[in-house]
Amino acid sequence: MNPVILNSQQISRAISRIAHEIVEKNSGCDGLALVGIRTRGVPFAKRLQAKIKSIENVTLQLGILDITLYRDDMKTGRSHPEIGSTEIPFPIEKTKIVLCDDVLFTGRTIRAAIDELMDFGRPAGVQLATLIDRGHRELPIRPDYVGKNIPTNKSQRIEVKLKEEDGEDQVVLVDNPQ
Amino acid sequence: MQYSQKHLLGIKDLSKEDILAVLNAADSFKVYTQRDIKKVPTLRGRTIINMFFEPSTRTRTSFEIAGKRMSADVINIAGSSSSIVKGETLIDTVKNLEAMNCDILIIRHNEAGAAELAARYLKNPVINAGDGYHEHPTQALLDLMTIRDHKQTLEGLKVTIVGDIAHSRVARSNIYAMRTLGMDVSVVGPPTMIPVDIEKMGVKVFYNLEKGIQEADVIMMLRIQMERQNKTFFPTLREYSNLFGLNLEKLKKAKKDVLILHPGPVNRGVEISPDVINGPHSVILNQVTNGVAIRMALMYLLLGLNDETVN
Repeated sequence: MNPVILNSQQISRAISRIAHEIVEKNSGCDGLALVGIRTRGVPFAKRLQAKIKSIENVTLQLGILDITLYRDDMKTGRSHPEIGSTEIPFPIEKTKIVLCDDVLFTGRTIRAAIDELMDFGRPAGVQLATLIDRGHRELPIRPDYVGKNIPTNKSQRIEVKLKEEDGEDQVVLVDNPQ
Repeated sequence: MQYSQKHLLGIKDLSKEDILAVLNAADSFKVYTQRDIKKVPTLRGRTIINMFFEPSTRTRTSFEIAGKRMSADVINIAGSSSSIVKGETLIDTVKNLEAMNCDILIIRHNEAGAAELAARYLKNPVINAGDGYHEHPTQALLDLMTIRDHKQTLEGLKVTIVGDIAHSRVARSNIYAMRTLGMDVSVVGPPTMIPVDIEKMGVKVFYNLEKGIQEADVIMMLRIQMERQNKTFFPTLREYSNLFGLNLEKLKKAKKDVLILHPGPVNRGVEISPDVINGPHSVILNQVTNGVAIRMALMYLLLGLNDETVN
């Protein structure tokens, strides 16, 4: 059995805490917006949005990024992930953006997300929220809000399941067979 | 759904899954072409060579824009200004281009099979941008994308293709694609322009325009290719226009929600009248817009992404 790192209740508490931290650090919700990175950053961002609404009674703007075309690992003759749509339905000029992703690992996804975000304009600032930080950064990127830090081996995998995508809430650490 | 081919030489080689993989990817790319900043870094550092041995505005520009929007370096070579005029063979030319490490070769040629020949000698992907009377696969894909945009579905639709079927690579690629996707295809034209045995491709033949378009959900008008008419296949342009040209009067026989496509360039007043071109049924410019998205999708699919699961 793979060890369960966070169960449903723990995920919910972590999101609750992050929501409070976001509001505290930004002294409220003025000029703040959430952007989820596909796939599981999106339900994570939506839950933060709902939580912040229950704390401050403000519904933050929510955007979605699909970073497939901004990845740095194009190779010939390999399979290609399907491209989902990016939706940023608000002007990001002068907005403080909180990027939301489920797992922070090498930092390359976040690099791609920041690059894509900049193609929409010049945000006032970009912060990073992640449910799990598993280490092994390859770029100088650090999160502002973390659900849980989990030291991992590079060959291991973190599997985040969220109800909206996977039918249940759970984070497990998976050992890769090789 | 995955695109399984190394090249795009013709629609005949493609399965239903291949075709839908390109169409679905193109739908996503279309969103990027509507942004303020239309460029994505996906193909940064890649080189794409656009080699055209025949005149073209739409297709050549469309490939060039597609490549540039993906951040690739796009080089255009016109046949008339290449070493081909000094007597270099096509095979030698493409091998020399490969020696300069180009990642995709796009080729348009007046001889059928030119793209296939090039592909046989190259390690990297080749896209056929039209070869003689054979195929024009990217045109068929953008036509399908445009039809799906407006009709939401493809399977079961009735399409009528009108004009010089015998000399049309657009018609051939479309017939292959539409039959593969379970669409119902009819062709209309004078008997001299309908190939013998075309029924074997699974299409119905009409020699009368009004009859041919009655049931159609989509009408695709083909250009009368003046440059290919060494022999004449009809007595006069005026007669052709009277019998097979689409105008508002003849359009009354068609369905109210019929869609009208034309691959361009249009001979205004010959195969199609200006009021139909500019009318509410026409999606001719939508085809051009979708062409860029289709070609971006193809470049993306042919060069592929490394699908490691990166958290």
